Amino acid sequence: MKVKMLSRNPDNYVRDTKLDLQRVPRNYDPTLHPFEVPREYVRALNATKLERVFAKPFLASLDGHRDGVNCLAKHPKNLATVLSGACDGEVRIWNLTQRNCIRTIQAHEGFVRGICTRFCGTSFFTVGDDKTVKQWKMDGPGYGEEEEPLHTILGKTVYTGIDHHWKEAVFATCGQQVDIWDEQRTNPICSMTWGFDSISSVKFNPVETFLLGSCASDRNIVLYDMRQATPLKKVILDMRTNTICWNPMEAFIFTAANEDYNLYTFDMRALDTPVMVHMDHVSAVLDVDYSPTGKEFVSASFDKSIRIFPVDKSRSREVYHTKRMQHVICVKWTSDSKYIMCGSDEMNIRLWKANASEKLGVLTSREKAAKDYNQKLKEKFQHYPHIKRIARHRHLPKSIYSQIQEQRIMKEARRRKEVNRIKHSKPGSVPIVSEKKKHVVAVVK
Amino acid sequence: MTANRLAESLLALSQQEELVDLPKDYLLSGSEDEGDNDGEREHQKLLEAISSLDGKNRRKLAERSEASLKVSEFNVSSEGSGEKLVLADLLEPVKTSSSLATVKKQLNRVKSKKTVELPLNKEEIERIHREVAFNKTAKVLSKWDPVVLKNRQAEQLVFPLEKEEPAIAPIEHVLSGWKARTPLEQEIFNLLHKNKQPVADPLLTPVEKASLQAMSLEEAKMRRAELQRARALQSYYEAKARREKKIKSKKYHKVVKKGKAKKALKEFEQLRKVNPAAALEELEKIEKARMMERMSLKHQNSGKWAKSKAIMAKYDLEARQAMQEQLAKNKELTQKLQVASESEEEEGGTEEKVEELLVPDVVNEVQMNADGPNPWMLRSCTSDTKEAATQEDPEQLPEPEAHEVSESEGEDRPVAEEEILLREFEERRSLRKRSELSQDAEPAGSQETKDSSSQEVLSELRVLSQKLKENDQSRKQKASSEGTIPQVQREEPATEEEEPLLLQRPERVQTLEELEELGKEECFQNKELPRPVLEGQQSERTPNNRPDAPKEKKKKEQMIDLQNLLTTQSPSVKSLAVPTIEELEDEEERNQRQMIKEAFAGDDVIRDFLKEKREAVEASKPKDVDLTLPGWGEWGGVGLKPSAKKRRRFLIKAPEGPPRKDKNLPNVIINEKRNIHTAAHQVRVLPYPFTHHWQFERTIQTPIGSTWNTQRAFQKLTTPKVVTKPGHIINPIKAEDVGYRSSSRSDLSVIQRNPKRITTRHKKQLKKSSVD
Repeated sequence: MKVKMLSRNPDNYVRDTKLDLQRVPRNYDPTLHPFEVPREYVRALNATKLERVFAKPFLASLDGHRDGVNCLAKHPKNLATVLSGACDGEVRIWNLTQRNCIRTIQAHEGFVRGICTRFCGTSFFTVGDDKTVKQWKMDGPGYGEEEEPLHTILGKTVYTGIDHHWKEAVFATCGQQVDIWDEQRTNPICSMTWGFDSISSVKFNPVETFLLGSCASDRNIVLYDMRQATPLKKVILDMRTNTICWNPMEAFIFTAANEDYNLYTFDMRALDTPVMVHMDHVSAVLDVDYSPTGKEFVSASFDKSIRIFPVDKSRSREVYHTKRMQHVICVKWTSDSKYIMCGSDEMNIRLWKANASEKLGVLTSREKAAKDYNQKLKEKFQHYPHIKRIARHRHLPKSIYSQIQEQRIMKEARRRKEVNRIKHSKPGSVPIVSEKKKHVVAVVK
Repeated sequence: MTANRLAESLLALSQQEELVDLPKDYLLSGSEDEGDNDGEREHQKLLEAISSLDGKNRRKLAERSEASLKVSEFNVSSEGSGEKLVLADLLEPVKTSSSLATVKKQLNRVKSKKTVELPLNKEEIERIHREVAFNKTAKVLSKWDPVVLKNRQAEQLVFPLEKEEPAIAPIEHVLSGWKARTPLEQEIFNLLHKNKQPVADPLLTPVEKASLQAMSLEEAKMRRAELQRARALQSYYEAKARREKKIKSKKYHKVVKKGKAKKALKEFEQLRKVNPAAALEELEKIEKARMMERMSLKHQNSGKWAKSKAIMAKYDLEARQAMQEQLAKNKELTQKLQVASESEEEEGGTEEKVEELLVPDVVNEVQMNADGPNPWMLRSCTSDTKEAATQEDPEQLPEPEAHEVSESEGEDRPVAEEEILLREFEERRSLRKRSELSQDAEPAGSQETKDSSSQEVLSELRVLSQKLKENDQSRKQKASSEGTIPQVQREEPATEEEEPLLLQRPERVQTLEELEELGKEECFQNKELPRPVLEGQQSERTPNNRPDAPKEKKKKEQMIDLQNLLTTQSPSVKSLAVPTIEELEDEEERNQRQMIKEAFAGDDVIRDFLKEKREAVEASKPKDVDLTLPGWGEWGGVGLKPSAKKRRRFLIKAPEGPPRKDKNLPNVIINEKRNIHTAAHQVRVLPYPFTHHWQFERTIQTPIGSTWNTQRAFQKLTTPKVVTKPGHIINPIKAEDVGYRSSSRSDLSVIQRNPKRITTRHKKQLKKSSVD
């Protein structure tokens, strides 16, 4: 005879170790779990609110410079090391984990205009207002040694920027022209010029390393090919471009930080129309740097704030500011894509989280699962007005807030005028120019 | 266009230049007749030089020494201007004289030659240069298009992109850079050195190396052949063993086993004769096996197999035999070979006890009971009077079986499901009967046994009836099942006799079934109340069962009373034609309806709803606007109303609104007003990537949480788009990462080898582009 009784297989409910979670049998019958959309909506709403609650991006401020921080550089091999050059010619090397300065060098007289590290991380280069290019060892001098540069190159004109090749012992400076130097020589192996205005910044392409981009004060962006020792193309925008940055994951994409408060992302093969115009700043954009994942970039502005833009969005997803932060001159995204550093006028370097509400440190698997789920929920319900409003809300300083209002009015007025002009003129006589094309003056072959 | 014109002018220019570049000697020879003219010019120059000596820098207009039609201001005769000088004109005088053959040849060669293009101006050159370089670069960059597209569309990107290969250095490298420092390490190294074990290169010891060297080729071949043979043999043997193992015949295996045992015994005998010491050892081995057997639980019925057999034992003769065999083996193995003379009896006694303890009674019972009853049922009787029972059982067995047979034969009907179920019940009953018989040892308790079993049958009846309902089979089959019921009910009056029987039983309830029974007995009275509905119907339909009728009637009445409390419905007399099941359902439905009616007795829901709807309709109707001002243009005051004319004049009639959506739906109120509270939580416009609203709705409607999805699906649905490892540097994408060949030449070497110059190819390209 069979004895009927309830029996369960211990495998289904006994856990292997006490560290495991209790096994809970689940019934996925949809009738037992009704209202899935409203429930998930509420969860998404809560996740969005919590994200705003936990958004505390500011991590640290590194102080020590005695003048405004003019340039920043990342160490290519060490996440914790950062270099900065100030407006009084001082270069400082910082340790981010300890949040202190580990070395100070009086590198130049006048501004340190540019700083860059060698790809191997053993030395770095600085250019200054004193018409010199100096190469320094990354490690400090030994006992009894004097703090001296490895090499010093004396130029004829002031250099305003420097960047190092990503793979070889070559670096490029800019000033009156773009010079490409072999590290071993005191003369440039190649100098390229197109036009006569002073060039403010030069950047090597990190993927196709023979490509360079520069921007000059006659409102243009020039692309160069180092191998063929020739400029390639030039695009002239409405206003001056302060600096450019190449996308580290997409070889032909770069973003230009412009004086007209916008950033322009270009495909270098089609310069006549930018891929995207990024607007949100209310003053000149001074610096831009890509996230190493190539999905986002950060921009520093004269309006005392930094903003994070997704590459494919025209509006920023995040804005960082503090009461004490003045005009932000330089900004860098760290190589692990977790943090952002910015150097500003008031002599401080600030460290921010790239993702404002992210929890730092090791996450347990449950935390990770919850984080992912919340993220997906936020994405899923992002178009809902209630959630959108909460997710978009940021506190802004009064100056920026009022500026935004003002500019909105101005823009609206301009748009209205244009619409009226089109309306009251012969059809077709006033061309409709898209926002993207509006800012490009010309492309010179 | 400009380029075209430019090229034309260039061509003309170059032709002129060529003329100028004519061989010098020819020119010299040609100008001999103009010698006097030259002298004159020199004289003029001399004069000028002299005149300029006097300090006054006077400029004189050049004097004309010959007459000319057109005077140029640059003192050059422009005679014949407008006519182009052609090479052929110059050649004409040459043709006549044969002495100038070389010159002629040269000139002809010049004529046939194509003209060299004029170098472009610098800006133009640079432009070409740039354009070519740009095209080249764009081509290089276009190889990244698929990669970029893939990365943009990727479901998930994990950074850093490059796979970090775990750097496994060969052990020799590790060892070479490593030295023994601690005393322990040094000791180990010493040992290794002593034994000539490899330290640095762990591939071969010196012995191994020596052996490798020592073995000749032939030897190695022989060895290999030998090994091959051995392997082949082994494989044959294995195949054979597998084949034999697959044979299912138990007899065959038995025979094999027996043969083996015999062989072993024979060997043992021989061994005893030949080598007593070895035999003793063998004996010891056997003894050891016995000890092991005693220690272990092998060959006792605690194993899986044994348990399964125990279950099967009551049905299967073979299983029983197998168990017996196993037990015998156990006995055999646990028995000592050399029997101690003193404690023979005692040991025998203990062994038996041990056996009794170890072996569950079931098996013993099974051994004796050929019929194989339920071991659980039998335990109770075996515990007190085991031997007696075992002795008596064979005699008792035939009776229940006969009973069974008689019953089954009595109900001679087609084998339906119900039949099978019934038979099961009967079997159970017989089992129980047997157990009771063994317990009481009373010869003729037929009535009582029936009583006890009847409870069981009754309890199962409920289940049966349900099954019947479900099956809804043909009438005949039903009738057959019903035929059994009267029998059961006939036995019912005897239930009162159950209690003394219960009291008689001294042991506590041992099995689950008994427990169940007890429970049933307790609730028997209660259960009977709902059941008679069925029984009543059945009794109605089986009028031949007259003896039971009064009781049934009585019960039915009782039932009606119970129902009366709820429904206040007169019991309807059911005809035979109406199927019982339907009736049952009808009744249930009616019950349900009645219950609802009672629950909502006070409120008239329908009327309320209608009223509500009317109100809603009224509220949604647009209202007329009355703008009459009382007292305006006429007398006003208490009791005076504005005139009808005025009212008519100032009443603004509201336009008729669109028809309500629920106009033709009597049971529904559709609210056509937009609810602002819900609107705050609704998406107003279709978001960007979606092209149709149902796409968006579908994405919203599929839940992603673990409440609705399995763990795996949940993980898949919530994978983040970008994953970065904390503390890892993410380098820019490289050509090697995505499977492209990176350029082997370094940028530096290229730049040093590449001087800045324009090639003819570039020019051609330019021309092409300008023509286009």
